[in-house]
Amino acid sequence: MNLKKTFSELFSVPRLTYRAWKVWRRDFDVFMKTIRINFLPSLIEPILYLLALGVGLGGFVAPVEGMPYVKFIAPALVAISVMYGAFFENTYASFVRMYFQKTFDAIIATPVSVEEVIAGELLWGATRATINSTTVLAVVACFGLISSPAALLVPLLSFMCGLMFASIAMCFTAIAAEIDFFNYPSFLFITPMFLLSGTFFPLSTLPPAAQVAAQAVLPLTHVVILSRSLTTGVLSSSLLLNTAWVVGVTAVFFVLSINMMRKRLIK
Amino acid sequence: MASIVVAKELTKKFGEFTAVDHVSFEVHKGECVGFLGPNGAGKTTTVRMVYCFLPPTEGELTVAGYDVKRHSREIKRLVGVAPQEDNLDPDFTVLKNLLVYARYFDLPKDEALRRAMAQLKFFQLEEKRDMHISQLSTGMKRRLILARALINNPQLLLLDEPTTGLDPQARHLVWDEVRTLRRQGVTTILTTHYMEEAAALCDRVLIMGGGRIIEQGAPQELVRKHVGEDVLEVSVDDENTLQLLKTRFPEATFEFSGDRLYVFTQHAHGVFERFLTEYPLKNVTIRNANLEDVFLKLTGRRLKE
Repeated sequence: MNLKKTFSELFSVPRLTYRAWKVWRRDFDVFMKTIRINFLPSLIEPILYLLALGVGLGGFVAPVEGMPYVKFIAPALVAISVMYGAFFENTYASFVRMYFQKTFDAIIATPVSVEEVIAGELLWGATRATINSTTVLAVVACFGLISSPAALLVPLLSFMCGLMFASIAMCFTAIAAEIDFFNYPSFLFITPMFLLSGTFFPLSTLPPAAQVAAQAVLPLTHVVILSRSLTTGVLSSSLLLNTAWVVGVTAVFFVLSINMMRKRLIK
Repeated sequence: MASIVVAKELTKKFGEFTAVDHVSFEVHKGECVGFLGPNGAGKTTTVRMVYCFLPPTEGELTVAGYDVKRHSREIKRLVGVAPQEDNLDPDFTVLKNLLVYARYFDLPKDEALRRAMAQLKFFQLEEKRDMHISQLSTGMKRRLILARALINNPQLLLLDEPTTGLDPQARHLVWDEVRTLRRQGVTTILTTHYMEEAAALCDRVLIMGGGRIIEQGAPQELVRKHVGEDVLEVSVDDENTLQLLKTRFPEATFEFSGDRLYVFTQHAHGVFERFLTEYPLKNVTIRNANLEDVFLKLTGRRLKE
């Protein structure tokens, strides 16, 4: 009985209004204040990776799936920036706003509800992911590593996948007793994904069981597949499955993270 | 008089712990009501239920006719909140704090700016408008929190310990501002553990202890009713003095706090003076009774942290 109640509490669809965008706007305003340094990581990092791994290491690597190594990792860098952008925004940064700055408490005293505060944070996390990945996409394009106009859909993909990582991240924030807690998901979830999701070597080189596992539990796998298809223009109907996976996981964690945060904030 | 807040048997439990225990009270339009009590008395929890930050466990609570359980959005639109802790937005300047906050209330941009400037003027923060929050003193932060609470022209202002941690000068500045607001007819609920503050600002005080309302009334009325006009305060080091006082003032109340004995009687001025001319005790003070004495008499404790 109690379990049933908890379940329905955690998965009840929150009532949201346009006010969530006011919270998004707050975070956007802060971002604009320091816009110059905000772009620095997403400009510099992909250049370093492309030079070190693509050009440097790539010199020793045979073409992968019919393309030069540097071209193989370029779309992965785009996907990784989506993950990092949303994950760090809605773990460390959201936690600081919630716990140290009491920003959420201040907003909840206005007509904006707690659900809208969290939804606004998630939308901002997705936006942040989109800003990051679009910057990375531009850098990659400058290196001549984009070969399809379908790459123009990358921002859309980034927002959708950004919302997924944002929602997952917010679940960790809901259970974090202190900020150091985020070391666990960072090293046990994010770093393995960074390395094992078909990013720097093809999934097909993993043992079959590991391939299945990667597709089942590592969200980045799907994002990399989608991103690689859009930048290379090699499209197939199986992409619909990847898209469905992302949409489904996003829907579940979006609802779950909002309810978990409400339970944490409203005693 | 019309009531803006009505609480009936209002209760809040956190797990097994009952923070607010079946309290009933009303706040009328235009009144300044103070919740007075030590830390843990349930003041802040009560106020947080009024602005729909905490859902009540039991009982009824309406604000401006709206039920807190069903109409939190409507209530929050009408209420201005100055919380105990500093939750100003450290990512923004003084002025931007007010503008961003105004946005949460759907105020149009130009109206928000007009109100923000008016509030900064009223709270003497005009010159700080472009400063960052970290550059403000505690007193200035407090005043900015008050300014922020007023940005939506609230019908009801909630001040949770508005002067805790302020130096006397900053405290008096806040008091002046609260008094001005009161003259303008803003209904105010404040919590405090300073007796002096409750006496200076409130039309009515509700004394809380252990989650309950122990007593309520106008500050002066409560003082007269419970502790009379004068209090005799004496350091008692021997049983004889106590016996002497007890024989001499059989109807009086005696309360110990530390090594000080407090004697409350309903007698008029002068009885303690006459007594002292007969028995010149050492270390003795006769002073006007105050709210703190009421609290001591009602709870047997001094109101200190």
